[in-house]
Amino acid sequence: MATRKPTAKSNVSAEELQSYYRDMLLIRRFEEKAGQLYGMGLIGGFCHLYIGQEAVVVGLEATAKEGDKRITSYRDHGHMLACGMDPKGVMAELTGREGGYSRGKGGSMHMFSKEKHFYGGHGIVGAQVPLGAGLAFSDKYKGNDNVTFTYFGDGAANQGQVYETYNMAMLWDLPVIFVIENNKYAMGTSVQRATKSPSLWERGAAYGIKGEEVDGMDVLAVKAAGEKAVAHCRAGKGPYILEVMTYRYRGHSMSDPAKYRTRDEVQKMRTERDAIEHVRELLLQGKHATEDDLKAIDKEIKAIVNEAAEFSKESPEPALDELWTDIYA
Amino acid sequence: MATEILMPALSPTMEEGTLAKWLVKEGDTINSGDIIAEIETDKATMEFEAVDEGVMGKILIEAGTDGVKVNTPIAVLVTEGEEVPTDGAKAETAPAPAALNGEEGKTAAPATAAPVPAAPKADTTPDWPEGTKMKTQTVREALRDAMAEEMRAADEVFVMGEEVAEYQGAYKITQGLLDEFGARRVIDTPITEHGFAGIGVGAAFGGLRPIVEFMTFNFAMQAIDQILNSAAKTLYMSGGQMGCPIVFRGPNGAAARVGAQHSQCYAAWYAQIPGLKVVMPYSAADAKGLLKTAIRDPNPVIFLENEILYGRSFEVPDLEDFTVPFGKAKTWREGTDVTIVSFGIGMTYSLEAAERLAKDGISAEVIDLRTIRPMDTDAILASVMKTNRLVTVEEGYPQGSVGNYITSVVMERAFDYLDAPVINLTGKDVPMPYAANLEKLALVTTDEVVEAVRKVTYR
Repeated sequence: MATRKPTAKSNVSAEELQSYYRDMLLIRRFEEKAGQLYGMGLIGGFCHLYIGQEAVVVGLEATAKEGDKRITSYRDHGHMLACGMDPKGVMAELTGREGGYSRGKGGSMHMFSKEKHFYGGHGIVGAQVPLGAGLAFSDKYKGNDNVTFTYFGDGAANQGQVYETYNMAMLWDLPVIFVIENNKYAMGTSVQRATKSPSLWERGAAYGIKGEEVDGMDVLAVKAAGEKAVAHCRAGKGPYILEVMTYRYRGHSMSDPAKYRTRDEVQKMRTERDAIEHVRELLLQGKHATEDDLKAIDKEIKAIVNEAAEFSKESPEPALDELWTDIYA
Repeated sequence: MATEILMPALSPTMEEGTLAKWLVKEGDTINSGDIIAEIETDKATMEFEAVDEGVMGKILIEAGTDGVKVNTPIAVLVTEGEEVPTDGAKAETAPAPAALNGEEGKTAAPATAAPVPAAPKADTTPDWPEGTKMKTQTVREALRDAMAEEMRAADEVFVMGEEVAEYQGAYKITQGLLDEFGARRVIDTPITEHGFAGIGVGAAFGGLRPIVEFMTFNFAMQAIDQILNSAAKTLYMSGGQMGCPIVFRGPNGAAARVGAQHSQCYAAWYAQIPGLKVVMPYSAADAKGLLKTAIRDPNPVIFLENEILYGRSFEVPDLEDFTVPFGKAKTWREGTDVTIVSFGIGMTYSLEAAERLAKDGISAEVIDLRTIRPMDTDAILASVMKTNRLVTVEEGYPQGSVGNYITSVVMERAFDYLDAPVINLTGKDVPMPYAANLEKLALVTTDEVVEAVRKVTYR
């Protein structure tokens, strides 16, 4: 990715920029805390952090309206926070406690909120893609103009069911936005080692689906592309693909030493392209906020995350009879 | 305030590791996200990032130390200008992790002596009131009527699959539905089982009640991940928030001369999965009543039909809204000498065998499970306690069969009632051959049922 072009003068308000800053910072601090709790043995199993990719979900959530749906893979904490789910409930699910969104029965990879129209949290790479199209199908069937954001990674983009879904989504004009979060690595396999296609979004052309590549380290660029995609879907023109170029700073999961890339590569992204720093600069340079304003936001976010961490430790483990509940409705 | 930095767990199984290298020294300013150390686990060398900000006050564990237990303090972080606390003034430590596998968990151990189960009683209430007017229908017509009635009753019910609309169904089960309900609700899909099964599950999450037809259940293997991992498990994984009201239906098992890839019974496969319900009707009345129940059920239902049975005619109650509950077996024939338990096409052989055995003075009770999951084990146990002998009949493979499970239930709960070993009759342990004579040999037959009954009754 090239270094950031100066963001064109836009009519972004101070309020809007501050909300992006706050939302992205919440995800980052939350994930750092999750990493810490994992280190302490409070979170078990697989834990995939979203650090580095915050602008993707925050930019796209800025284009959603009530009733819009979202579904993603196992790297899902950021999506949940961005759509307004309670950090306490998310963190308590990570620690496997009663206060978690799935009452401790789902874990990091399997969380849901019907209230916030968040449909998971799916652990099988690519499986959420037809599910997302199915959610969009239900909206079209009911005759409303809601859309479904269906997120998947560059790794999932090589699964066959993605293309089965592209075909049907276009055939039936489903209001689904396929968001490919291209963070360059499918676990340890770089995109270049997994495919010779030059870009992933262009594969949609085989089915007649429009799309584009987006700078995923620039929340304003993500939002602008999201607005275009959402308008397309709401107008009944069928699906749209956004390949959002992003980067994860941490390993694939907590136990990934990330030896497949250099420390310099990661460091370069962090110093030159960080999405949160970008908004911070916009806020300061545009005189939309002072250092003190931002410090106050930092403090506020830290308090929310600490409160979530405390809750996730204090919430009891699920009652033992929970083993046998929720198998059948 | 000083904060202790603890040795982190860096994999799901790590208990201790080597503190290979410090990348900071005492007095350095630390920002959150800085890599401060390298730690070797049993699998790899990992970078360890700081979460909190401050100044490295004191390194407690030297670089190169092996066997550092997870959660051991390895360094102390202080704020600018702050003194490193001495032993007397303890730094703030994050609380120790809760004992995830503590004593509490052990209280759930199963009781050593299982309580003696109460004598089971079969639910023998009739499926329809006495004197109900009956009509003759094929299984095919009954299935179509069930779908049409439920689609008339609720707009969120729709049917999708290959050739279900314009072609009127590969086996004509959806005949006439497109005309009545239109293309919005009767949807032809491309040949793409994995994809449309997933779209169906997503539509169910979104509040619809899909009926997904597989042209045969052999093709559902392409979609098995969506059926198991997405449809069956999501209610549990969501703590009860996200149900999946969907019916997967289509012909299952052997038809005639279609070879190995098109001839397999999946009853035992699906019956293994918590979260699924598994139905396999034999008669037209059950096909209708059970399919209507399946469409109304808030859970994913696997509805296994049989191509050979599609054209068979049965008496069906002429009622406005006839349903059959899940988990209730049907006793087709009462008897005293042996219990034969079967389902689906296996009932054909079981009933024929019972007829022949009766002529020889052997009285067989024939039970049709109708639903494999939930299974009416009470009906089986009550019958076995009466007849003391059991033969199970199914078309699927022998290893891990439905009959095997029934046998284990009977062993556990009615062992003392058995006067002979249970026989599980199944299809043969071979892929289905094409040649007519070999195919006949591979399938379970009426003769085999008769022979098995003679064995367990020693007659």
